[in-house]
Amino acid sequence: MADEGKKQAAHRALVDRILNGEGRSSPEQRASAFSNADVPPPLHPLIDKVATRPAQVTDADFAAAKASGFSEDQIFELVIAAAVGQSARLYDAGLAALDEATASGAAG
Amino acid sequence: MRLDILNRSYSPGTKLLFALIRAFTGYPVPDAAKLIFCRPGFYGAQAKKFTHEAMRGPSAWSVADRELMAAFVSKVNECAFCVSTHTATAGQAYRDSGKVQAVLADLESAPIEPGLRTTLRMLGKLTREGKVDAGDMREVLSAGVSRQQVEDALAVCAAFNTTDRLADAFGFELLSPQGFEAGAKYLLKRGYR
Repeated sequence: MADEGKKQAAHRALVDRILNGEGRSSPEQRASAFSNADVPPPLHPLIDKVATRPAQVTDADFAAAKASGFSEDQIFELVIAAAVGQSARLYDAGLAALDEATASGAAG
Repeated sequence: MRLDILNRSYSPGTKLLFALIRAFTGYPVPDAAKLIFCRPGFYGAQAKKFTHEAMRGPSAWSVADRELMAAFVSKVNECAFCVSTHTATAGQAYRDSGKVQAVLADLESAPIEPGLRTTLRMLGKLTREGKVDAGDMREVLSAGVSRQQVEDALAVCAAFNTTDRLADAFGFELLSPQGFEAGAKYLLKRGYR
């Protein structure tokens, strides 16, 4: 089990860094992008696409974010927060389903 | 790429490293590497630790199997850069590019083991729909895949759902087929560190 722990621990460290480490965007802004919730309107199309349909992101989505006053460094951080957030939800959903599948029997 | 900082925010040491990579491989540094080295304290340093652990850390899955999972998840996400990178890497790792192409063309008829097939099916559903249930997991486990292998596959899935999103959002430039093969060789030799 040690190796499984190492993978999940490395993932937790990544999530913790993105949400709570130093950055040019605030922890609150990063938390919103991470959870794709309560994102300010100029950023919403970009963040929502990163989370739900990344292949459809366009130059115009970045231009709208920049025009509303977000710096390149802030956009860099918030796009990463959105990508890591969606992936974390998938990871958690998979692990929860696995726990449920093995809860009543012997864990393989 | 869509942000200028991804083309210029590097330390002198990183600039030297990029020059060495160009000299060593004969190709420009892929945008995937630029992302990892851009302000590494924010994302790259932790991201590469997690990705390396998922892709090269101890697992009952082979490196080739995990590269195939990366290619498959990227295909579901329609991420052209990552599909090409990990198709090339899985093909080299298996020494069988036809097998990788067959899986990406039609998972159900591809010549792979039932355990790998059901695992890929589950990862595809999770990536596409955002959820899987206990029944999906029981199907994987009943095909002979261990609980630990499922956890390992979910780590690969998490790593590439992140990378795929960033590749498409930031606009990673596609390489030539030779460039992707050179990148694959590098990933098999050095991993993701």
